[in-house]
Amino acid sequence: MNNIIVAENLTKIYDQTTTAVDHLNLTIEEGEIFGLLGPNGAGKSTIILMLLGLTEPTEGKISVAGFNSTREPLKVKSVTGYLPEKVGFYEDMTAYANLFYTAELNRIPYREIPDRIDKALSLVNLSPNKRQKVKTFSKGMKQRLGIADVLIKEPKLVIFDEPTEGLDPKVANQILNTILDLNRENGITFVLSSHQLNMVQKVCARVGIMSHGKLVGEGPIDELGRDIFGGGKYRIEIELARVPDELIAKIKSLPGIISVGVDGSRLSVVCNEDLREDISRTIAKEAIIMTGMDIKQDALEEIYLRYFKEEE
Amino acid sequence: MRSVLTVFRKELKDHFSSKKFLILLALIYIAGLASTYVALSNIHDVASALDRHVFLRLYTTGGDVLPSFISFISFFIPIIGIIFGFDAINSERTSGNLSRLMSQPIYRDTVINGKFLAGVTTLSIIIASIAFIIAGVGLTSIGVPPTSEEILRIFFFVFICVFYGGFWMGLSILFSVVMEKTAASILTAIAIWIFFMFFLPIIANAIANGVAPLENATTAVQIQNYSIEQSLLRISPSTLFTETIAILLIPTGGHFMLQPVLESDIANMIANPLSLGQSLIQVWPQLVVIIALAIICFALSYVVFMRQEIRST
Repeated sequence: MNNIIVAENLTKIYDQTTTAVDHLNLTIEEGEIFGLLGPNGAGKSTIILMLLGLTEPTEGKISVAGFNSTREPLKVKSVTGYLPEKVGFYEDMTAYANLFYTAELNRIPYREIPDRIDKALSLVNLSPNKRQKVKTFSKGMKQRLGIADVLIKEPKLVIFDEPTEGLDPKVANQILNTILDLNRENGITFVLSSHQLNMVQKVCARVGIMSHGKLVGEGPIDELGRDIFGGGKYRIEIELARVPDELIAKIKSLPGIISVGVDGSRLSVVCNEDLREDISRTIAKEAIIMTGMDIKQDALEEIYLRYFKEEE
Repeated sequence: MRSVLTVFRKELKDHFSSKKFLILLALIYIAGLASTYVALSNIHDVASALDRHVFLRLYTTGGDVLPSFISFISFFIPIIGIIFGFDAINSERTSGNLSRLMSQPIYRDTVINGKFLAGVTTLSIIIASIAFIIAGVGLTSIGVPPTSEEILRIFFFVFICVFYGGFWMGLSILFSVVMEKTAASILTAIAIWIFFMFFLPIIANAIANGVAPLENATTAVQIQNYSIEQSLLRISPSTLFTETIAILLIPTGGHFMLQPVLESDIANMIANPLSLGQSLIQVWPQLVVIIALAIICFALSYVVFMRQEIRST
């Protein structure tokens, strides 16, 4: 596998005081869907700007497909599609005219432009709206047109800033499915920058979690989760009326349990399988009233919260 | 280069299909034709049989009700310049198009160059078309063909108008780069125009009268008063422009506005027109300043834009 993005020691300091990105090292492989996660102001956008050569790193370097972003921004931008968070089109122009303009700016030979536009529009299911003005488009349609817009240049890499921001769940899912399809069928690498975890979690094989300009966690989601949960895949949280020691010992002795933590009347059980049935049976045998039970998979949210808890 | 042309073509298309272009064009044509009508009805009174530049009087003759074409145009050019520049960058930014454009394989200056070129082209088309329409209407009405010198003067006039408009366009593009809201950039540009157009003359007059009061003044003091007022007014590009086109299009006596001349002196002078070369020498400083201002404004917006960070939010 080739690395499509390589950032080494990447640093950006604004006004000599504010560090937006702090000695970041990151490699993203060709063909993967990478989630760049972090709260607002963590430095995600600054990384993207440096990646596209729109701002210069203070230190270190970043390259895309072998091209240095600072020195050869045009080469980088001809293989990279970027979808900004607030994607805008010329509202008075048709979808076709907007895409045509993008194609022209990408120096695509005029003969090929109509075909490429048709192909891109059909990939995002906007073919019937080809001759419609963009101002009649809904937000989800504009987002899809945005995807078509980056597909015009037949990119190797697409950077998507907040892909699902402000979309209703159904449309957001459509967008994510389109991303998955494009990744599988056309082999396009995606970098999704987001603070909406649940959405991104569905499609990203690997994520990087940013905080204060640093990458605080990186890897496949389940690995990251395992680190936090102490090796298990699930965490079961139980609220009990009372917590006798022998109950803890009994739960611990159940097969498949990795660890049991106690916090007042709350039990936190880490395991590799969904053991809720076994656990509740054990508790019932002890005749203890259970007021609540909750199972958490190695959800990104959990990972996320954990990292930011550590921050504070 | 191809991408500059792409941006240029798109912007030009936008301008030509925009309502503001149609409204401005209609306004300028109406003003131009109305002033030509006035000029045609008054031209008999002002032009003598010996006048070698009758044709130019089409542009410079005004009436009691309506001013001359050059007064109209010096009023309208800043408006055209401002209107085609004030939202160049900030509207792209707020609509979210700028970051999309910037992620295409083009240099950043491509956008601003293409936009400026398209604006200047639109401006040139508006001004040149009305100047030539007036020439055509005049030619059929007065029947006096223009001399080659007059044609050259008209070309120079159009050329200067384009640079003067380019200055205002550069200025409003600068504001569109610096300011986030289009309302802010257009208001600032218009405020500056209003200051130069209406307030600077009042201020210059007040200062001149304060330094050299005109009551019971000797000729020397009167000349001093006039000189002070003139030099203060020349801060304003619109003064420079008015002077330039007046001298270019009024070969006989137009240059008197450059320095104080006594009426008794004028009466004794033979009304001899300046040659084109001499007229150009007279306006050379003004011309250079107008061109320099246009370049400075554009260069400033260029530099500021190149250093700005393009964020999508």
